[in-house]
Amino acid sequence: MSTVLKMADVSKSFGQAEIIRGINLEIEKGERHAIIGPNGAGKSTLFNLISGKYKVTSGTIDFNGQPIHNRRPFEINRLGLARSFQVTNIFPRMSVFENVRCGLLWATGHRYSFWQLVDRQKDVQERTKLILEQLNMSSRADVPAGLLSYADQRALEIGITMAGGGEVLLLDEPTAGMSHSETDYAVNLIRDITAGKTLLIVEHDMGVVFDLADRISVLVYGQIIATDTPEKIRKNAAVQEAYLGTEAH
Amino acid sequence: MKTLLRKYGVWVAAAILFAVLPAVFTSNFALTLLCKMGVLIIFAIAYNMLLGQGGMLSFGHAIYFGMAGYCSIHLLNGMAEGMPYFPVSLFPLFGALVGLVMGIAIGYVSTRRAGTTFAMISLGFGEMVTAMTLIFVTFFNGEDGIQADRWVGPEPFGITYGPQIEVYYLIAIWCFLAMIAMYAITKTPFGRMSNAVRDNPERAEFVGYNTQRVRWLAFSLSAMFAGAAGSLHAINYEHIGFESVSAIQSGAVLFMVFIGGAGHFLGPIIGTVLLVFLDSTLADYTEAWLLYLGLVFVAIIMFAPGGLAGLIVMHEPMWKTDVRLLRKLFVPYLLALGSSLILLIGAIGIIEMIYFITIIAVGRVDMHLFSIPIKVNEVTPWLVCTALIAVGVQGCRLSYPKVAESWNDAMIAVKARIAG
Ligand SMILES: Nc1ncnc2c1ncn2[C@@H]1O[C@H](COP(=O)(O)OP(=O)(O)O)[C@@H](O)[C@H]1O
Ligand SMILES: [Mg+2]
Repeated sequence: MSTVLKMADVSKSFGQAEIIRGINLEIEKGERHAIIGPNGAGKSTLFNLISGKYKVTSGTIDFNGQPIHNRRPFEINRLGLARSFQVTNIFPRMSVFENVRCGLLWATGHRYSFWQLVDRQKDVQERTKLILEQLNMSSRADVPAGLLSYADQRALEIGITMAGGGEVLLLDEPTAGMSHSETDYAVNLIRDITAGKTLLIVEHDMGVVFDLADRISVLVYGQIIATDTPEKIRKNAAVQEAYLGTEAH
Repeated sequence: MKTLLRKYGVWVAAAILFAVLPAVFTSNFALTLLCKMGVLIIFAIAYNMLLGQGGMLSFGHAIYFGMAGYCSIHLLNGMAEGMPYFPVSLFPLFGALVGLVMGIAIGYVSTRRAGTTFAMISLGFGEMVTAMTLIFVTFFNGEDGIQADRWVGPEPFGITYGPQIEVYYLIAIWCFLAMIAMYAITKTPFGRMSNAVRDNPERAEFVGYNTQRVRWLAFSLSAMFAGAAGSLHAINYEHIGFESVSAIQSGAVLFMVFIGGAGHFLGPIIGTVLLVFLDSTLADYTEAWLLYLGLVFVAIIMFAPGGLAGLIVMHEPMWKTDVRLLRKLFVPYLLALGSSLILLIGAIGIIEMIYFITIIAVGRVDMHLFSIPIKVNEVTPWLVCTALIAVGVQGCRLSYPKVAESWNDAMIAVKARIAG
């Protein structure tokens, strides 16, 4: 097993407040890794640091051996690291189809092309259709994304993220606000699309976490207090005290 | 054949329209108007590449239009004085090059930031170039501008560009080509991502796009087409003046695009045709024309931010889902339109009378209002107009909420069907 993502002594402060405090974490190639922790622990902030939305205050982040902590979001994405957002972040005025297509135009090499009609690019059209099928949204391909239901928008959020075919996916609370059946569907989808890839997921639903993850890291007040397999995390006394509390039966 | 026709039918129709317009509207006045429209349609669609497609509000886009115009005039004059010949028919390519080079240079600076910063920088560059027209006299010749003769050099196929009709067809062909090119660009990967960056720049960065690059490219291409338009403008008038680079021209194109609607490809075309037409006809009827233009602009910004095209497109989800949904909107719309019209007539009456007594004919009392002879010193016309305004306002207050309500109802119905 090799390491794809390596964080060393990563810290992040907003003004006086130190939100991420010296994180060391290695994500193995091909694993599904969940990050859990109470609200405000800094999970989303950590994602924002990895994906380049925020700059680290100190420390380093390596992706396949390359430092990425000083890179801009689009550069990191081009290296093969894609992320979704906790608060739905789509292109509301565009159709569902176009949303997904935007997610894969760069990755398929079309870049800034203004001399080719995008509808005529077979690779783009077919890959978009395939992803829509996986999302079970083919029938709504032409609907403006802003008109979709909340759960569908969450699914589309995942679709845009996976469209580029990045080898590492960061999903920030993908099932937040979904009903039971919607969550089940989303989890299966996530399992499908991350086959053979590396997944880093923030998730508050413990059922989903223990079901999906190969390893779990527990983040409390900006520090990782434990990283281990689901069974061991479940039994870890420090974790139970700090976070799982009464939930851990 | 059928699918081909459906796909390209609009363009074929447009080509036929361009070809026959001068045969339908034969007067000199109409031809002048058509030429002006053709030039400004290119400029307006180019401007909309920036505003509508890319989400960048520029207050100084005329500099690419105007500078290409100046360069074209200099090229014409240079050719008359023995410089190597460059076909006049291909001048728009020269103008496009001027616009492109300037767009790349200025865009590099101004597109690093979007939003207010971009708008302010564009204003700054606009003012700078306008100031230059008065400073660099040899190039701009100050307020007089520069003349040129477009009838220079050889006459391929007997085309001299002496008669205005030849200029019309020159403009029409380039307008047609530019329209197709700019429409096609909206359908390319760059065009789609330009929309994406407009709607959600953050997300665009996380799917691999450098938003600054996308904006820069949009800006450069837009300046290129603006340059092509500016070149035709210069050929059309055989003159270029400082107003072509100034806030006057920048504001005019902004008005046309906003009123027509920045959100749709047809918007700038509708806006240009309407405003050029009104500008040259209404100006004969009323001196207060610019005031009305300002009022229309404010009303559109407030009540129909998507412009005239936006009003149409707003209903697209409905006719796509079920045309019958539109039927329920008919009566509320009619009532709102009627109320607005009553209000408008009252307001125009008051404005015209005030204009008459304060500016046009101080001391005189006889005037025509909507072709009705009235006396402005009598109380009746004022009373009638005020009453119309009152009725109109009240009507609007009652009918507009109904419009919003029925539109929302229809949208809810659409959403329900989508959810299935
Ligand atoms: N841009 C920011 N500026 C200031 N404070 C921030 C910013 N982003 C996050 N925070 C703070 O960091 C803390 C952790 O937030 P977050 O990472 O969203 O937590 P989590 O995702 O674990 O619920 C919160 O207290 C939040 O207020
Ligand atoms: Mg969070």
